[in-house]
Amino acid sequence: MKHATLKIWRGAAGEAGRFETYSLPYEPGQSVLDGLRRLRAEVDPTLAVRYSCINANACKECVILIDGRSAYACTTRLEAREMTLEPLRNKAWIRDLVSDIAPPAERLLPPEKARRN
Amino acid sequence: MHLATDVLVIGSGGAGMYAAIAAARAGAAVILVDRSLIGRGGATVMAQMTVACALGAETPDHWTHHLADTLKAGRGLCDPALARILCEDGVECVRELDDWNVGWARENGRMKQVTVPGHDRPRCVYVDFLDTGPAVARTLRTRVIRSGSIRRIGDLVVTDLAVRDGECVGAVALHLVSGEIVTLAAKATVLATGGLTRLYRRNSASANMGGDGYALALRAGAALTDMEFVQFFPIGHLAPRLIGMDPIMWDPFRYKLGGRLLDGTMREFSERYGVKEDGRYLLARDLATYAILKEVEAGRGSPHGGVYLSFEHCRADDLRRAFGPVIDRLAGNGIDLTRMPVEVAPIAHYHMGGLRVDTAMQTCVAGLYAAGEAVGGANGANRLSGNAITEALAFGRRAGSHAAAHAARSAHGWTDRAAEPTLARVRSEAAAASPITPPQAIIELQALMADDVGPLRSAEKLKRALARIAALRDGIGAQPPRAQGFDARRLDWLDLDNMLLTAEAVTRAALARTESRGAHAREDHPGMREEWRVNQIVRMNDGALTIERVPVVDTSERTTALAS
Repeated sequence: MKHATLKIWRGAAGEAGRFETYSLPYEPGQSVLDGLRRLRAEVDPTLAVRYSCINANACKECVILIDGRSAYACTTRLEAREMTLEPLRNKAWIRDLVSDIAPPAERLLPPEKARRN
Repeated sequence: MHLATDVLVIGSGGAGMYAAIAAARAGAAVILVDRSLIGRGGATVMAQMTVACALGAETPDHWTHHLADTLKAGRGLCDPALARILCEDGVECVRELDDWNVGWARENGRMKQVTVPGHDRPRCVYVDFLDTGPAVARTLRTRVIRSGSIRRIGDLVVTDLAVRDGECVGAVALHLVSGEIVTLAAKATVLATGGLTRLYRRNSASANMGGDGYALALRAGAALTDMEFVQFFPIGHLAPRLIGMDPIMWDPFRYKLGGRLLDGTMREFSERYGVKEDGRYLLARDLATYAILKEVEAGRGSPHGGVYLSFEHCRADDLRRAFGPVIDRLAGNGIDLTRMPVEVAPIAHYHMGGLRVDTAMQTCVAGLYAAGEAVGGANGANRLSGNAITEALAFGRRAGSHAAAHAARSAHGWTDRAAEPTLARVRSEAAAASPITPPQAIIELQALMADDVGPLRSAEKLKRALARIAALRDGIGAQPPRAQGFDARRLDWLDLDNMLLTAEAVTRAALARTESRGAHAREDHPGMREEWRVNQIVRMNDGALTIERVPVVDTSERTTALAS
């Protein structure tokens, strides 16, 4: 059976952060978000990923860096190769693939200066 | 952190944003919170096409005609006063959105209205192409921002309402980004948390629609009605795998182009269920769901366990004219509708049940209001296509203005002591990890709800579901996992805790109703029974759910009076 390998940036604000690599069975047609949700259910429930609408590309929340380019996890196909997933670089990093993407006026606390890189 | 406001609105879909706008317009200071991003996380943003309202732009119409259709679809269980608000206020709300430049589709200057199943004439406005929900959300968000007196806070999950002497005095929330607990004092609170479709394996809504508002309401002492009526959308996309598109997208295709629903042998089957569609879109949602599941059960389904929907008889340029860039998105998924059918199957879509409210949208808990899908009663046992966004707008606007009026005549009732039980719950931490992880448990719950509390029910299935819900509750323990910032696992636990309570409410109400009506089909109790023309009210007493039957207001008399 073919596998998809996801190299995912892990850790939280205030930590160094690191890549961790996960392998999961490849099923044609699935999205990267499908793969991340499967990892959370079957491998590591602490993996932080942000999404609301799952498949409709309506909430626009699942934007991350996929192989270095910003893309929606819900509309990018999972592929039978290694894919590198990171949080956005231009937003404050919170945990794993989650960054603070809310408009500044819609946050509880003033925007953080800290970024991952 | 502690914040105080006149009106607290929980949830920023269409209902919540309209409530915030209306409350601010009435002079209230408002805090609008959402567990996701403001205006993005609810069901509104995912609506593809239709908003029903009796504008009379296509043909003469009046809200009383819309009401008659709504009551008929509700199979005798609608609260006629709430249904009337939906139909009557909805017209003004749709016009107000037009004034705010939402962009309703127009032809020669007049708004276009399409006919959809269950409506007696063209009544549904929309925004092209499949942009109704995003356009409504965008427009309301702009008005929210412009109002100047609405503080917007995203990433804030309300974990409980705070109640003191039978009055809602605010809420307790978890800030996802920091993990901090936030207390919110409010003179009036509007629950606009949407529905419960996340309880089901295949659903058309976002991950935020886990029925949390129903669970908050039960714990706060409020009453729920009609919880057994979950609407399944019959033709949710099934195969081939389609990404970047909402699974309910085939509804607008049927509105505009008809389409043919075919069994596994490529033959039309609607006639077997008493409706000859013949390429038109006539089957109501509850009947279509039943028909498709029965075809599959009889071994006449499509390869992935649904039926086929075909537009192969449509010309490419007709498809292009009707759906423009959507045709390219389909091509990107390898789908050419002129050459192939797609597979569709029922998918959890909307909840008819919800908080029991009066015509001011107030619950039986003073100071606690509800709006949108969170409200139960307006749609009875089955909702008409096009009524969900109208309901969000009409109920949101009304809840906001009444909440503001309540706030204007009330003082803050908040005390830390009143919030102590709810604070203790969100602060608690389990000593050890539970044997089943929250994401696994959510998947198990979704599977059992789909299999045993889905569209086709029986006492055997429902009793098995109750036992499995109880086992999951034992399995996840009484406290959430230890906290950290943006704690996905802890959030899942809190969600699951609410989902299990809401699932139990649905299942108990479904088990008690020993008849079939609208979206509730009992295979062991087929057919509607006159003695079941009652609403079931679910409450929580000392941690246990109770069900009470109350008579429905006589809809036939009221409709006649309204129409004359």
